[in-house]
Amino acid sequence: MALKVDHLRVCYRTLRGDVNAVDDVSFEIGDGEIMGLAGESGCGKSTLGNSLVRMDVRMRVVGGGADLDGQKMPLSDDKAMREFRFKQVSIVPQYAMSALNPTRRVGRMVSELLKSRGFDYKATLPELERRVKLVGLDADVLTRFPIELSGGMKQRTVMVISTLLNPSLLIADEVTSALDVSTQRAVGEMLLEFRDRQFVKSMMVITHDLSILAQVADTILVMYAGKLAEKASAEVVIGSPLHPYTQLLISSLPEVGVRHDEHTLVGIPGRPPSLLNPPVGCRFRERCPFAFDRCGEEPPFVEVKPGHSVACWLYADAGLPAGGAAQC
Amino acid sequence: MLKLDNVTKVFKTGSFGGSSLPAVRGTSFEIRPGEVTALIGESGSGKSTLGKMILRLTPVTSGTITFEGTDISALKGRSLREYYRHVQGVFQDPFSSYNPVFRADRVFATIKRSYFPGVTSSEWRERVAATLESVGLNPADVLDKFTHQLSGGQLQRILIARALLLDIKILVADEIISMLDASTRVDVLNLLSNLKGRGLGVLFITHDLSLGNYIAERTIILRRGLIVEMGATAKVFDNPQHAYTKMLLTAVPQLHKKWEAGSAPQVEPYPVAPADEPSADRYSKSALHPLAGHHRRLARKGAVAEAEREAARENRTDTYLRMHEEAQPLVEVEEDHFVATAAAAE
Repeated sequence: MALKVDHLRVCYRTLRGDVNAVDDVSFEIGDGEIMGLAGESGCGKSTLGNSLVRMDVRMRVVGGGADLDGQKMPLSDDKAMREFRFKQVSIVPQYAMSALNPTRRVGRMVSELLKSRGFDYKATLPELERRVKLVGLDADVLTRFPIELSGGMKQRTVMVISTLLNPSLLIADEVTSALDVSTQRAVGEMLLEFRDRQFVKSMMVITHDLSILAQVADTILVMYAGKLAEKASAEVVIGSPLHPYTQLLISSLPEVGVRHDEHTLVGIPGRPPSLLNPPVGCRFRERCPFAFDRCGEEPPFVEVKPGHSVACWLYADAGLPAGGAAQC
Repeated sequence: MLKLDNVTKVFKTGSFGGSSLPAVRGTSFEIRPGEVTALIGESGSGKSTLGKMILRLTPVTSGTITFEGTDISALKGRSLREYYRHVQGVFQDPFSSYNPVFRADRVFATIKRSYFPGVTSSEWRERVAATLESVGLNPADVLDKFTHQLSGGQLQRILIARALLLDIKILVADEIISMLDASTRVDVLNLLSNLKGRGLGVLFITHDLSLGNYIAERTIILRRGLIVEMGATAKVFDNPQHAYTKMLLTAVPQLHKKWEAGSAPQVEPYPVAPADEPSADRYSKSALHPLAGHHRRLARKGAVAEAEREAARENRTDTYLRMHEEAQPLVEVEEDHFVATAAAAE
């Protein structure tokens, strides 16, 4: 088991109180697994990803923890994390295009980065060049300034740099969202290739775009308002989701071939609750068409079928869909 | 109703405006009432520039845009204001479309001041409430609120309502839902589609093929400032003729279908910069240039900044290609389905 996250809680401290952006989250990622993490903006998906590399000192881990390859991750220790980051766990941040230092040529930036981790640039260079070529770029890219590269090229460069030391876990945060469809596909396929070539052991792909996850992910974890909603293999989440939120979300996505005049899609009314004072019970209750009395209590995130976990009272008892929820 | 005839836009870039970037080249199409026209293109294709030219936010370099028989480039003062009474735009980022210092409903007050000074405030309030309801908002939820208190979907709908308060005939919707969450974006899409019923012509600018396919009657595929394929949506999507359209369609990630192995679009080749191209450090040079202030002012207007950003996003070879790639005339392959010729011959 590559990554094991156990009852993790991450909060941001604000003037108006603590915001629990990630609230009691537990899941596992296996070796060689690409897990997709999906959800709307503000659901805590990026916070979850960033907290695993301690990207942002403002976030405080207030409970739980995570193990990577049986080793405890120093989620709230800056110094220890410095040793850990880039070697064992690495991130491709959101807007990777602006993650490159504009005043350095790419090669020099990599050499400074490697030096800071105690590695020799010269010795790593052949491997770096090999990987740069692998993603379809010329080795010449190392002598360029970031401004000379296009968005897709920068994205691929950042991915090569992030995975240079073969980390065990790669967190890819919205790597495809700012790209054109053709480049999106190239980057998506690159993720698969990196896994297949074992540059990284396992991956967490964070995105709001479920159709990208349908292409690259093995399993999909859906988050809603800081909590886990559903986790299953990609085919199951896309094809036969159980949680009402996942069902409504997937049925609201327009696909090529769906036309408004023939088939009108509907969105989900309402908006996610504020995490400042989250409601008690199921957080999707207010927008859920199947809500009933029991939703006033918080639903546990339990496995209802082999490999399929869901946090919804509809399935809490028998693991069987109650009413017509599954056909929605 | 709104007709573009051989419209070209060339941005001057570089320190002395020495190099030029043709963003749109010889584009002709028409926006008809009661139809959604989707303008689909990747970044740098000139789709937003076209929208801005229609909205008179940036002038055309050559060609004409006519609205109900009048050339819009000649409009000034009162006639321009009348033009905006009929043609309005909504843009990508709802949060930067508003001034966060003021309440969101101030956009309605400014419309009243410019266009309906004679209407009494009680009647205006009723009109605003009715329009808000027609875009699916509850007036009590959104009036007297600041932008941070509203969601992106609500803000975009307020902007659509603002346009509807005028007697609009054309709405230019530039990537209006790409910043919205998946669960709310489809509602805004449906709203746009319903506007057709009022006889409105909508120009829906997007990079997302599935969205264009969902709501548009007509589709225009744009690449490097040139139309490569245009026609009825069903024909363009079900029977794509141009290699570029086909490539886009295979690259779109779909929920229930995996990317076909082997059909991968070619990864963009690494650019070999043509020797005569100016080097990319033009930014530092332009800062020292006597006209730098002037350039900054232009940049503030957004036109140059946009062109440079697009040029940087693309790469220099691409710019080179743009200028030298031959424009191919569109040929009608079947009724209401036009393709740039080289592909039609395949």
